[in-house]
Amino acid sequence: MDLRFAVQLGIIGLTFFMLINASAVLVLAERKIMGFMQQRYGPYLVGPHGMLQPLADIVKLLFKEELRPKAADKWLFNLAPILSVAAAFTAFATVPWGAETTFFGLLDDPVSLGVADLNVGVLVIFAVTSMGVYGIVLAGWASNSKYSLLGGLRASAQMISYELSYATALAAVILLAGSLSVREVVDAQSGYWLGFIPRWYVFLQPVGFIIYVIAGVAETNRAPFDFPEAEQELVAGYNTEYSAVRFALFPQAEYINMATMSAVATDLYLGGWHGPFLEQYGLGWLWFLMKVGLILFTYIWVRWTVPRYRYDQLMNFGWKWLFPAAVINLIVTAALVLYFNA
Amino acid sequence: MPDTLIFYALSGLAILASALVIGQRNPMYSVMLLIASFGALAGLYIQLDAPFVAVAQIVIYAGAIMVLFLFVVMLLNAPQEDAAEWDRTHPLRQGGVGRFGAMLALLLVVQLAWALMRANDVSDAVSSRGDVATVSSVREVGRGLFTDYMFAFEATSILILVAMVGAVVLARQERGQ
Amino acid sequence: MDGWLGVLIMLVLGVGFAAVMIGLSVLLGPKNPTPEKLAPYECGMPAVGDARERHSVKFYLVAMIFLLFDIEIAFLYPWAVALRDLGWPGLMQIVTFFMILSVGYLYVWRKGALDWAPAARARNALRRGPRKAA
Repeated sequence: MDLRFAVQLGIIGLTFFMLINASAVLVLAERKIMGFMQQRYGPYLVGPHGMLQPLADIVKLLFKEELRPKAADKWLFNLAPILSVAAAFTAFATVPWGAETTFFGLLDDPVSLGVADLNVGVLVIFAVTSMGVYGIVLAGWASNSKYSLLGGLRASAQMISYELSYATALAAVILLAGSLSVREVVDAQSGYWLGFIPRWYVFLQPVGFIIYVIAGVAETNRAPFDFPEAEQELVAGYNTEYSAVRFALFPQAEYINMATMSAVATDLYLGGWHGPFLEQYGLGWLWFLMKVGLILFTYIWVRWTVPRYRYDQLMNFGWKWLFPAAVINLIVTAALVLYFNA
Repeated sequence: MPDTLIFYALSGLAILASALVIGQRNPMYSVMLLIASFGALAGLYIQLDAPFVAVAQIVIYAGAIMVLFLFVVMLLNAPQEDAAEWDRTHPLRQGGVGRFGAMLALLLVVQLAWALMRANDVSDAVSSRGDVATVSSVREVGRGLFTDYMFAFEATSILILVAMVGAVVLARQERGQ
Repeated sequence: MDGWLGVLIMLVLGVGFAAVMIGLSVLLGPKNPTPEKLAPYECGMPAVGDARERHSVKFYLVAMIFLLFDIEIAFLYPWAVALRDLGWPGLMQIVTFFMILSVGYLYVWRKGALDWAPAARARNALRRGPRKAA
């Protein structure tokens, strides 16, 4: 085991650890931001400004009774949250979060800051996102309860409907970059036009970016597309029969999916870790974090601002508006790329 | 050597999962096991330096077709099968169709054995990567697909169109409209 | 294979993390199953009927249409990567592909397979009035 391999393992471990923390931080951030938007404090009793609230929640959930309805299928009931979480973590594996670095000369070959540097990275993102459907649909089925099953079916139908627009928007970015490797897409966005406008793809693909963000919000079952989890209609949808940790794993998978969507959007549209000043000190990943944080804040902001879609409106929008828009965006982008011979 | 190990692990997983698919009584278990076997196949494709095929396998087969299977199993409310009984209705004891089916199965096994005996050594296939350019393999696929195989590609679009029309027609008839 | 190893490690870590959490909670949590707790939830009343009823065929249709367009998108990616080599003829080929598929898409749309509210079209026509009826 040489040093480089050890460093790579260390980076993978660090990414994994940060993802777990990210889901905890996001829970707290959501509650605080929600509170401030509703003109009240969020949690503030546990720890300074409520910062230890997620820890308290985890401890409480660990000690809660794990219920499983008698009629529920034992294997699938347990498998569903594991599938959701596994798909969420694996999706983030394809996202590089920093430039290649030699750690100030410690290593001979530069190692990339990110779990995996695949040359078909964008496709793998798409593939693992497709697999994320199974956790939800299995949860709905295995609970053997009407609310769960309907919630699970609706959630998965929604997710697969928006996946088409998601993938087509990604395909347009690949057109521009000419490569499926996420790292190459980010590197194609380095540099500036006219000296001060960064070459981010969001400027070349504004429609594509909007399509991607909308599809991403729908993919992660977040508001305004969170009808499958609507507390008013379906109790908790596919979550109804889950308690304690098995329940907590679903929102955790959801938050990690949110983080992945934001990270992918940052890498593919917002130039990843490129930005003024910080890159030359090897701190490009700070830019990455800031951009991801911005998108996550927008996620939370939208959730507590916009009313929820009705299910048929949701499906109509995905199939009849977003998908044709994504396809037209792709064709127009292709024509423009060929015309300008970029 | 580790390549061969990984190969045997993945193919063992694929064969085991596929065998279990047939042996399950609960159709949901069968679906999940089939997904596991597709995952193992994707691993094998990656080992063969065909990452695009591997990811396409996951995207289309494990991600779309199996979702369809899952929906159908759930919508049809497929019950658990009863345990097999060894009695007079067992296919091997029946004449005609039963024996014909058993003969076909035997023929399949013989063909597989023959094919396996004539296949190259495993380690050759896996380690002889040659000079396949993995970096641009997807580009090669794209180039080939739209130059040499263009007709097949366009014909596929007709196939997909037919499938779409067929799906709608089938579903509508069942709703009685 | 190095990139894929990282993906595999993350997958194993994810599965391990979830399994460990579930295991911990099974160990640490109290176990007092009562019949009320074990019954499926139905707003506080005893459940009526089995959950495994038949559901709408719309879900099957959505999955089927999704599958077909998924295949189309799988063709799209190699084309997108190779576009600069293929040039305008490549664009024409994919446009032909999309044209044929859009015939199918329009068929599916018109036949109402994408409608989730049964009377949506009729309701919209009523609301918009006779002059905008398609």
